[in-house]
Amino acid sequence: MKRFGDFTAVDGIDVSVAPGEAFGFLGPNGAGKSSTMRMIACVSMPTAGELRILGKDPAVHGSEIRARLGVCPQLDNLDPDLSVRENLTTYARYFGLSRQEARRRAEELLEFAQLTEKAASQVEPLSGGMKRRLTIARAMVNDPDLVLLDEPTTGLDPQARHLLWERLFRLKQEGKTLVLTTHYMDEAEQLCDRLVVMDGGRIVAEGSPRALIERYSTAEVVELRFGVLRPADLVGKLEGVGERVDPLPDRILVYTGDGDAAVAEVHRRGLAPSSVLVRRSSLEDVFLHLTGRRLVD
Amino acid sequence: MAHPTLAVLERNLLLYRRLWRASVFSSVVLPVLFVLSIGLGVGGYVGGIGGTDYLSWIVPGVLASTAFQIGVGECTYTVLGDFRWVRSYHAMRATPVDIWDMLRGWLLYVLLRVEVAVVVFLVVSAAFGALHSPWALVTPLVCALLGLAVAAPVTAFAATVEHDSYFALLFRFVMIPSTLFAGVFFPVEQLPGLVRPLAYVSPLWHAVELCRAATLGGAPPWPVAAHVACLAVFAVAGLWWANRAFRKRLED
Ligand SMILES: Nc1ncnc2c1ncn2[C@@H]1O[C@H](COP(=O)(O)OP(=O)(O)O)[C@@H](O)[C@H]1O
Ligand SMILES: [Mg+2]
Repeated sequence: MKRFGDFTAVDGIDVSVAPGEAFGFLGPNGAGKSSTMRMIACVSMPTAGELRILGKDPAVHGSEIRARLGVCPQLDNLDPDLSVRENLTTYARYFGLSRQEARRRAEELLEFAQLTEKAASQVEPLSGGMKRRLTIARAMVNDPDLVLLDEPTTGLDPQARHLLWERLFRLKQEGKTLVLTTHYMDEAEQLCDRLVVMDGGRIVAEGSPRALIERYSTAEVVELRFGVLRPADLVGKLEGVGERVDPLPDRILVYTGDGDAAVAEVHRRGLAPSSVLVRRSSLEDVFLHLTGRRLVD
Repeated sequence: MAHPTLAVLERNLLLYRRLWRASVFSSVVLPVLFVLSIGLGVGGYVGGIGGTDYLSWIVPGVLASTAFQIGVGECTYTVLGDFRWVRSYHAMRATPVDIWDMLRGWLLYVLLRVEVAVVVFLVVSAAFGALHSPWALVTPLVCALLGLAVAAPVTAFAATVEHDSYFALLFRFVMIPSTLFAGVFFPVEQLPGLVRPLAYVSPLWHAVELCRAATLGGAPPWPVAAHVACLAVFAVAGLWWANRAFRKRLED
């Protein structure tokens, strides 16, 4: 539980993450993801409730816990006037590594972040994706037991995101425990073994991406667009097609086990959608179903 | 294992490597030029003060005010920037570095800057025969205490404000008056009785009097312990305030 004055940002959440697991907090802006992450990082104290990180109490063992965490915050806080390599060595020194060890570790991590060629460059001119990779590499200097990633790929172009996912996937394969937040469905589906969906400071659902989709959605979704016709007016005519019909402002979603059969039924009823898309159900649909809202507008 | 305080100091020194050229002029060359032109030039007209030639009289004043300027100047934009834009303190906060490490690492860096400027200034003053007592050797200690007495509260102030326009107020209403009325250029006895208490609350005045007593070989106006205590109060209160300000800023 976290309050800022009268405002409750995190309103009683109950989660536990096992070692080696990749765990996600999925939710829209303002859901309370960062507030939760900052409590896990032992930077801000919960207003109420019980919190144990790596089995210890942050109020008592904050510094000891932080020594074993790797934190990639939502806002980059690299030193823009230091070189890429110096950013790594300086940070390594904060964890008490010797100068020599810090340099050795920096070379390894430059390799990991694919920034070896940029080692002597200053941080300022790097692209967003490179800065993000450097921040993640920096979070690894102390070989952490638990890695916290707050919206690791927000604001990056698709290519940079895929490169980052690939790096994070490698960490996961090395057996690191990852806790990440995101408002991208595909990111959560790619990286998380298990996740909770957060909204307004509360958990609205919990499970693996597949289990959530199975529980709250159907195997396939048909997206129908009808040009100028208002989706809301057409819902009546689609009654009984698929398991559920959901009108959005610009299109209608039909949740169904069999997309092609649903499309055939739509045509049989004499409706002529201007466009038809059959796709697999995603966490986006889960979120929409649970909250009635879309994740990213 | 490196102490986290040292790690923070190292970061500040590493950054300084990139801008030392710019700062050498203002913190080392300028005070030397200043004291020579005023001391030798103006001194030719005013003669001496209390039986001392003017150059020897203002050297300890400019010495202390150099420490004062560095202590104030370093701790404004840099500290605010490290919180607001660089967020380097937020970065440290996620590591075992604690708030006292951040403060000690930062203030040690500022004191190093102060000491380098003070020692260069002393050597030049000695070359011009402006030091008259072996007690001059304690002036770097006095300047270190003064440096802390201003750097700590100014750091706290910079960690509290949201915008750099507050620094203009700090310079205009705190720094300039306390430089003018601190016995750097003329004895505070020349000030009207009403204004004189301003000197007594300025940490600079206490340091100026201690330095002057040291370089000229006399006794300061108040007991040495009283001057030192005044500076220590500023330093301790400043540290306490800075710790609170950092904690508050980093917690939410
Ligand atoms: N330091 C703070 N003071 C006041 N309100 C805050 C503070 N930090 C976050 N909030 C509020 O708490 C809510 C949750 O914020 P946050 O945890 O950053 O959400 P998310 O990361 O999911 O976007 C938001 O409404 C935000 O405005
Ligand atoms: Mg956030």
